[in-house]
Amino acid sequence: MTNAPDESAIKLEAGSRSRWSRILDSDIMHSFLRSKVTILSAIVTLLFLFGAAFAPWIAPHNPFDLATISILDARLPPIGMEYSDPNYLLGTDDQGRDVFSGILYGARISIAVGFLSVFFAAIVGVLLGLIAGYVGGKVDAVIMRVAEVQLTFPAILIALLVDGVARATFGNLDRERFAFWILVFSIALSFWVQFARTVRGSTLVERNKEYVQAARLIGIPPFLIMIRHVLPNVIGPVLVIATINLGLAIITEATLSFLGVGIPPTQPSLGTLVRIGNDFLFSGEWWIAMFPGFALAVLVLAVNLLGDWLRDALNPKLR
Amino acid sequence: MMRHPLLSVKDLRVEFPTRRGALTAIDGISFDLREGEVLGVVGESGAGKSITGTAVIGLLEPPGRIASGEIRLKGERIDNLPPAAMRKLRGKRIGMVFQDPLTSLNPLFTIGDQIIETIMTHLPVSEREARDRAVALLEEVGIPAAGQRLSAYPHQFSGGMRQRVVIALALCAEPELVIADEPTTALDVSVQSQIIRLLQRVCRDHGTAVMLITHDMGVIAETADRVAVMYSGRIAEIGPVRDVIKSPSHPYTIGLMGAIPSLTGDHDRLTQIPGSMPRLDSIPRGCAFNPRCSLTMDRCRVERPDLIPAGDSHAACWKLLETEGAGR
Amino acid sequence: MLAFTIRRLLQAILVMLVVALISFTLFRFVGDPVNQMVGVETTPEQREALRERLGLNDPILVQFGRFIAKAAQFDFGTSYQFRQPVAELIGRRLPATLELSFVSAVFALLVGIPMGVYTGLHRDSWLSKLFLSISLIGISLPTFFIGILLIFVFAVTLQWLPSFGRGDVVQLGWWSTGLLTWSGIKALILPAITLGLFQMTLIMRLVRSEMLEVIRTDYIKFARARGLRQRSINFRHALKNTLVPVITITGLQLGSIIAFAIITETVFQWPGMGLLFLQSVQNVDIPIMAAYLMLIAFLFVTINLIVDLLYFRVDPRLRVERAAH
Repeated sequence: MTNAPDESAIKLEAGSRSRWSRILDSDIMHSFLRSKVTILSAIVTLLFLFGAAFAPWIAPHNPFDLATISILDARLPPIGMEYSDPNYLLGTDDQGRDVFSGILYGARISIAVGFLSVFFAAIVGVLLGLIAGYVGGKVDAVIMRVAEVQLTFPAILIALLVDGVARATFGNLDRERFAFWILVFSIALSFWVQFARTVRGSTLVERNKEYVQAARLIGIPPFLIMIRHVLPNVIGPVLVIATINLGLAIITEATLSFLGVGIPPTQPSLGTLVRIGNDFLFSGEWWIAMFPGFALAVLVLAVNLLGDWLRDALNPKLR
Repeated sequence: MMRHPLLSVKDLRVEFPTRRGALTAIDGISFDLREGEVLGVVGESGAGKSITGTAVIGLLEPPGRIASGEIRLKGERIDNLPPAAMRKLRGKRIGMVFQDPLTSLNPLFTIGDQIIETIMTHLPVSEREARDRAVALLEEVGIPAAGQRLSAYPHQFSGGMRQRVVIALALCAEPELVIADEPTTALDVSVQSQIIRLLQRVCRDHGTAVMLITHDMGVIAETADRVAVMYSGRIAEIGPVRDVIKSPSHPYTIGLMGAIPSLTGDHDRLTQIPGSMPRLDSIPRGCAFNPRCSLTMDRCRVERPDLIPAGDSHAACWKLLETEGAGR
Repeated sequence: MLAFTIRRLLQAILVMLVVALISFTLFRFVGDPVNQMVGVETTPEQREALRERLGLNDPILVQFGRFIAKAAQFDFGTSYQFRQPVAELIGRRLPATLELSFVSAVFALLVGIPMGVYTGLHRDSWLSKLFLSISLIGISLPTFFIGILLIFVFAVTLQWLPSFGRGDVVQLGWWSTGLLTWSGIKALILPAITLGLFQMTLIMRLVRSEMLEVIRTDYIKFARARGLRQRSINFRHALKNTLVPVITITGLQLGSIIAFAIITETVFQWPGMGLLFLQSVQNVDIPIMAAYLMLIAFLFVTINLIVDLLYFRVDPRLRVERAAH
């Protein structure tokens, strides 16, 4: 018993060291550098992040500035086609807004919703997983049962319901003002389960180890010890789940916006842009919907490829 | 016409290509197996016993491959057969029994399904005949109420019973050779000797030769006619069981014998070989055993010994040349 | 087996009760039902009378009980926007959604399983790599965008297939089917591919990884050591062992196909339940939302129950173990 604290200290040190050495481990760097696809998707992802973050400075036009857009420039085709205007690389939409600038601004919103919702889902999921695994008993049963019931419903459906409730409680106008946060909330709400399950599993394993019992004996709150020991163990899986869910969250946001229950057209995300362009598909103005759609697909593909690589690199057994 | 041995392995070399170059798992081994004979292959885990067995039956896991040497069955080369021809030979002429009976049987098919399919794959019989044959085989390996048990699933049998079924499956197309890879290691001690005796009896009745792979010298002593002792992918010593056990020639075999508890109790304690077998990527030059050997000479560190006759057996040790020369 | 079935049934009922509670909460507390039913000029007395008549003044538990009793008889009240019984509205739309979901599920299975088997067996062939790349793209493309792309290529540019609606339908009793007319089948192709593509890639990847795992097991090695034919090893011994997880996921996915139909139906203006539900969300038509939720939950629960029972057909080990409980 007396050497138990030492043991836990060693374990902690080994845990944090191995994590860093694992990340920097030559095999992972090796697999990263070896895979051209991974490097390419990392570059694409970074480009999107950069473009989104600095959209107001990069974008040739401001699609929200009513003073600079002119209805006369509406529905101009992209460069290379007849009647195109060199000012508008990818053409313009029905209001005369530059499609390329719209994509940059739209990616900004899509990525923000994606990151924030995954972030909240991870926090809620990790906390609930820790609690369920550590406290056990009825609390565990309730949390996991809720998770199970929720898993039976696809994220889209939950988000739609949340949106319906928001409309009923706020009324349509107020909802538009809060649309961004309602969206983040509803996506986070449907993504926490996977985090909770993973963390709960690791917590259950750690809970019964001797050092936790020992910590209890020498008066350290075991829950704190647990957090310190469980978190390093689950960082890898949580990171993988987060990356994969980031792609899913961006798709979910785009889908909701496309369905008309997400981000309103005044602050369009990529999904909203596709929704707007969809109406002009049949009249031949394909670029209004296609370019934002492809941008969305490339972004999600790059994020998914990174997630795949991360999963394989941190967990070779799954390959 | 010269009679060929049933199985003849010559200078077999098995390699596993890796990122850091090829690892040699089996390094130039040769042995023969006569019809109806039981050859024990013994050694520590990692010595290459199982790989030898899988190489003979042509089931090396890629990227593992036979780099050189040849394997002949009744004089006919089988190491370079096309996959389809090799597939027909497996089960029909060479059978195999794996270590773990709990995982060897497909959980989703009945015992009967699995035996009947195997019989009908290799023998020109009707389903009815195959069924009768399956019942007879199960009875032979000691499954009670065999007729009814045909429709039972593997999980409904105990470990020992499943290994009996596995033996029946390996023998159901009357192969000339059965490779038994640690057939009792995963079983309860109480049923181990039953299964070994069953394997011995059934194979004797059918005239089937057995290549019995094990790390248990006791099993070899009880069952085998001849024994090959393997070390680091090479054969250290090979010969009739009695000779190898009573008067082992290779220092490794001597050490191995010292490590078996003796029932007569003339040893007061077990001797142990110091050190452990080298990893595949760091096999020393010369005799692979030289770092652990108490009799190492200069030559052992430089030149690899061939199998040298020692009485009725052969051992790969330079010491033998010396004593022989001294005796003359 | 019987005990297991009963236990699963009780679980299913529990889930339904939870969902009913959510639906009821939606129905009763989100947006005042009375406000939705009366005009602005209604007096407070009239409203109170209506409240009393609708039973909104009864204890909550009584109201919940009444809600469940009515739901069990498919009575979900009247739609706010259409002024028609919800059950009738949904009943009219149900066949379109179920036909679409069924056809796309069959498409996903028929294409996904063979592709998964192939990529699992020949993991390094160029065709496998092609399939895997396509599957990754399939997972990354949002469903609605796949639909738009298909419309753009096959309906707008090539003009081979219609881009919206169900085509001509034939009425079989209360069920309207598009499967019996040529235009109905043509109208079904693009939506079914759109809806099934994601599930197809999912099934393919699942079958592939299960195959890779099963191929390495001892019983497959032993089957090879017995010289069984390659085809029998791959498609009898190995494939059957991959089926349990495939059945699970397919079952779960069948549920989400019905939910994802919302997107496909929107893109193709497919007159199904999903489109109705989306309109009800946009118009805060709570009775339809509540009814749709209950219906989806019911379908999910039923499918899960069937999946659990299917396990018994596939895996003999469960028959014994579960019966022992």
